[in-house]
Amino acid sequence: MMPFKIDILWTDAVFFVLLASIFILIFFQRKQMKHARWTQVFKNKVGMSSAVVLFFYLCIAFLDSLHFRPELSQRLPNQETLYATQVESVLDLILSPLDVQMETTYAAPFATTSFAEEPHLVQGQVVYDFEPLRYTAEHIPPDTPTLTEISHIMRAALPLTGLLTAVTLVVIFFLVTLGSPTRIKALFIRIIRPAPRGVCWRTFMITWVLMLFLCTTLYYLSRHYHIFGTDKIGQDVFYQAVKSIRTGVMIGTLTTLVMLPFALLMGTLAGYFRGVIDDVIQYTYMTLSSIPGILLIAASVLILEVFMNQHAQWFASTAARADARLFALCVILGLTSWTSLCRLIRAETLKLRELDYVLAAQALGVRNLMIILKHIFPNLLHIILITIVLDFSGLVLAEAVLSYIGVGVDPSMQSFGNMINSARLELAREPTVWWPLAAAFIFMFVLVLAANLFADTVRDALDPRKAG
Amino acid sequence: MWAYIIRRILYAIPILIGVNLLTFLLFFVVNTPQDMAVVHLGDRYVTQEAIDRWIVTNGYDKPTFYNPKAQGIDKISDTLFYQQSMRLFTFNFGTSDTGREIGHDISERMWPSLALAIPSLLLGLGLNVMLALLMVLFRGTQIDTWGVTICVALMSISGLFFIITGQYVLAKLFKWVPISGYESGLSAIKFLALPVLVSVIAGIGSGVRWYRTLFLEEINKDYVRTARAKGLSDIAILFKHVLKNALIPILTGVVVLIPSLFLGSLLLESFFAIPGLGSYTIDAIRAQDFAIVRSMVFLGSVLYILGLLLTDISYTLVDPRVRLN
Repeated sequence: MMPFKIDILWTDAVFFVLLASIFILIFFQRKQMKHARWTQVFKNKVGMSSAVVLFFYLCIAFLDSLHFRPELSQRLPNQETLYATQVESVLDLILSPLDVQMETTYAAPFATTSFAEEPHLVQGQVVYDFEPLRYTAEHIPPDTPTLTEISHIMRAALPLTGLLTAVTLVVIFFLVTLGSPTRIKALFIRIIRPAPRGVCWRTFMITWVLMLFLCTTLYYLSRHYHIFGTDKIGQDVFYQAVKSIRTGVMIGTLTTLVMLPFALLMGTLAGYFRGVIDDVIQYTYMTLSSIPGILLIAASVLILEVFMNQHAQWFASTAARADARLFALCVILGLTSWTSLCRLIRAETLKLRELDYVLAAQALGVRNLMIILKHIFPNLLHIILITIVLDFSGLVLAEAVLSYIGVGVDPSMQSFGNMINSARLELAREPTVWWPLAAAFIFMFVLVLAANLFADTVRDALDPRKAG
Repeated sequence: MWAYIIRRILYAIPILIGVNLLTFLLFFVVNTPQDMAVVHLGDRYVTQEAIDRWIVTNGYDKPTFYNPKAQGIDKISDTLFYQQSMRLFTFNFGTSDTGREIGHDISERMWPSLALAIPSLLLGLGLNVMLALLMVLFRGTQIDTWGVTICVALMSISGLFFIITGQYVLAKLFKWVPISGYESGLSAIKFLALPVLVSVIAGIGSGVRWYRTLFLEEINKDYVRTARAKGLSDIAILFKHVLKNALIPILTGVVVLIPSLFLGSLLLESFFAIPGLGSYTIDAIRAQDFAIVRSMVFLGSVLYILGLLLTDISYTLVDPRVRLN
């Protein structure tokens, strides 16, 4: 018997399907990949390093999507095992004990004592004094200067960084070269002496090692300190920021996934068949797009809230409920934003259907469905890829705004928007509590910046107007 | 011209009916009158009679789309859809949950929204175009590269960050402007300075990049080469020829926004407590006041369609090659 029960939430399932399909696609296309235009992205230094950063974010989101419920120590009289009602993820396991609330209230980043003076009794008198923090007191010998301690910890993190670097690089190089010695040799030559038009392996190495070092150092530091302090109720802010990554990544990826089939189907149908179908589809997207996006989203989420309150019995736990809401939010965002992609696809299909090879296929009696699948779809791929990466950063930013307005993810769910929302008033305090905001903004900024840079290189690589 | 405008307006009617139908389905079918009554009367201690009474007094007891009991035209008009949705076409928005006239509220709150949105748009447009021209002037140099880098970085920062830090630094630390609030008349300037600044800065990243692409596309055209061959200076080419020709796409982007300026900005208005339509909408969303949200959705769609129409018309004014037919 396993000491836990695997719990797959809705968004987890969809996210896994997404990852699996990407892997399958890459696996089957690996022969054609070498000359595919999108591999240009990795021949660009900015593209390569932003891809690595995005990959790390994706990994964290993936670890945070492996949900399970741990076994409880108590048992029912009939010896049946009980599982906790609280869903945990592998990431929680790695970061524990940060997921438990430890302090009583605010603590500054890397502080060892409480943020405000707290009252305690000394010889029958109330004295206000700084309390040592519970978490740091356990892990750090008293009276060591913080900087020496930090450099100690960072040095302690080095062996793990080295080990992880070695293992991951060996695996990656093996996957890329499939163990062929000549290819391995060629790869190492490329790393030492980058070719002007080759894949930027050196940039890849540098970014990869830097990111690994950053991750392990932050991990080691988080074992001893509250890196970004704690929030009002004493929760570790670093933990919250790391947990928020999953929400952002989910919104960014699943929304596009939801909207793709709609946009693709409607766009090609309208563009290929014209006539009445075109009129109906054009009317639909004109109607949808004439409603200001944020209002339509807000209205839909309001209705969703009412609906979920009426059917509260559908959701087993608060996590399941929050997750259902996240999924529904992705669907709503997808349904309200497919119109622009649909318009692009329709325009492109209109152009494609006039081309000679489509005419030839029609003359040979190929069925319309096959023409669309074989001749139209492959030529739409670049538009789709560009849209996916371009929309990602915008959606991550939109999540924060929506959560601020109150139509975002569930308030109990960790997300950048909820962090900003709850930290907003803390700047007005005296002395200022700035770290929850800073943490949310830094984590979000790096994610969105990497996504923006990556999107730019993808667009440059795929845009036919720029191919030359 | 007039025939074109009239035809466009006629085209807009089915779209508005579609918008109406959509919001109606959202607000009345998913969320039935029964649910609304429960929300209004409070969750607990509510009897079925009270709910029924509420539904009848608020006119929600009518059939949804078709009334077989009524006579003639009333078969369509004496229904929930017609009564609740079609009156929006006459800009009769009804009353909100708090019993206030929505139409009156909107006409009153429009002005603070405009006072914030118009300066933001104009200043932002001017600054973005100037910066983009500057970057194009120095294209291929370090200034251009750094400019693009800064733009991408600015684009990656959440607008919330600019608002919150702006409020903190300028209003709380330096005390140059009040943190939030609003007064009508000239004293509004001191309340509006910060939100306008924030919205301009938040728009720089994407704006400058967009205009830079426009100018770069224009600068590779033949007429620029001719102008250069004539011996015109870079600055003269940029300001006299490129800017003039790039105005058309710039215009498209701006004119479509103009009517929507009435709606205001949800974020800025609610952070800076400006009593405009943006904060009106946000308050309604938070209070789950469906009547207001529905009215704003309809108004927003009307203004967007108006914006599209204005764009087409402005095209003919600036570019005589464009014919409307």
